[in-house]
Amino acid sequence: MTHRFKTRLEQAHGRGDYAALLNLIPYARLIGIECTRLGDELLFRLPANKDNIGNPILPALHGGVIAGFMELSAALHLLVFTGAPGIPKIIDFSLDYLRAGQFRDTYAKCQVWRQGRRVANVAITAWQSTAAEPIATARAHFKIEEPGRP
Amino acid sequence: MSENPLLERAKRFVSALRHCQVLGITAHQASEEGITLIMPYAPHLVGDPQSGVIHGGALTSLMDTACGMATLCVLPEFEVCPTLDLRVDYMHPATPHKPVYGFAQCYRVTTDVIFTRGFAYQDDPQQPIAHVVGTFMRMGKRLKGTQGLGSTIKGEQA
Repeated sequence: MTHRFKTRLEQAHGRGDYAALLNLIPYARLIGIECTRLGDELLFRLPANKDNIGNPILPALHGGVIAGFMELSAALHLLVFTGAPGIPKIIDFSLDYLRAGQFRDTYAKCQVWRQGRRVANVAITAWQSTAAEPIATARAHFKIEEPGRP
Repeated sequence: MSENPLLERAKRFVSALRHCQVLGITAHQASEEGITLIMPYAPHLVGDPQSGVIHGGALTSLMDTACGMATLCVLPEFEVCPTLDLRVDYMHPATPHKPVYGFAQCYRVTTDVIFTRGFAYQDDPQQPIAHVVGTFMRMGKRLKGTQGLGSTIKGEQA
């Protein structure tokens, strides 16, 4: 499995197509996250999906799905840009909800503010209509596996 | 009916949330002290295929729901309370093939805001896998659609 995952990561890097890589992560398949490369940046997309609804009244996406989408985006962003040997492990995650997540496609972009030898700090912004009106902003710390360690 | 109306309300509430059904979350305990939800282990929750550990996002959904539902324990009548912010500190990864329990309580209720905290654990509540704090807005009872959901969780036919 480890070998397969590494091979998929290298292939995804080369082609700028991350679908096969995401397909190996069951939670990624569950919420339906997609990833595309725009120049040197990654754009994450969470297509509208009834299974992701939390508030049946509005209807609105479950806050936990938005959080999971942003957390997974940050981990994948690090995985792609740091060449870490495995999925980075989350240390903490802090999220501000700014607007209700409507039942429509959601996008996310990540910014690595600081990457040390052991820990990385990543900011994530999620939006639906326009990036200037985010529905949530988040910040996460991840433990980076040092290359060469199992 | 059960002798715990709060737990019955909690069960109906969680069953109205589609994503919680997808994650298999159910209400386990509820009292004025707080609420406990359970999320069983399932292969589709896995975030790291190399270890079989569930994704933090599933855990965050569990804890966001638990913190949000803790408001049911302190409010006399149902109010929609959107999450303002949430912070999760991961103590250690969840052990695969075991359910996760999510406990949450309200520690301060004001006219506009409710402060909640909680933790997720597996075998031992003394060894949490994650600590959580969350802040929720009170939107009052008159928000559009609130009464429909309020009736559903009371067990009335909406």
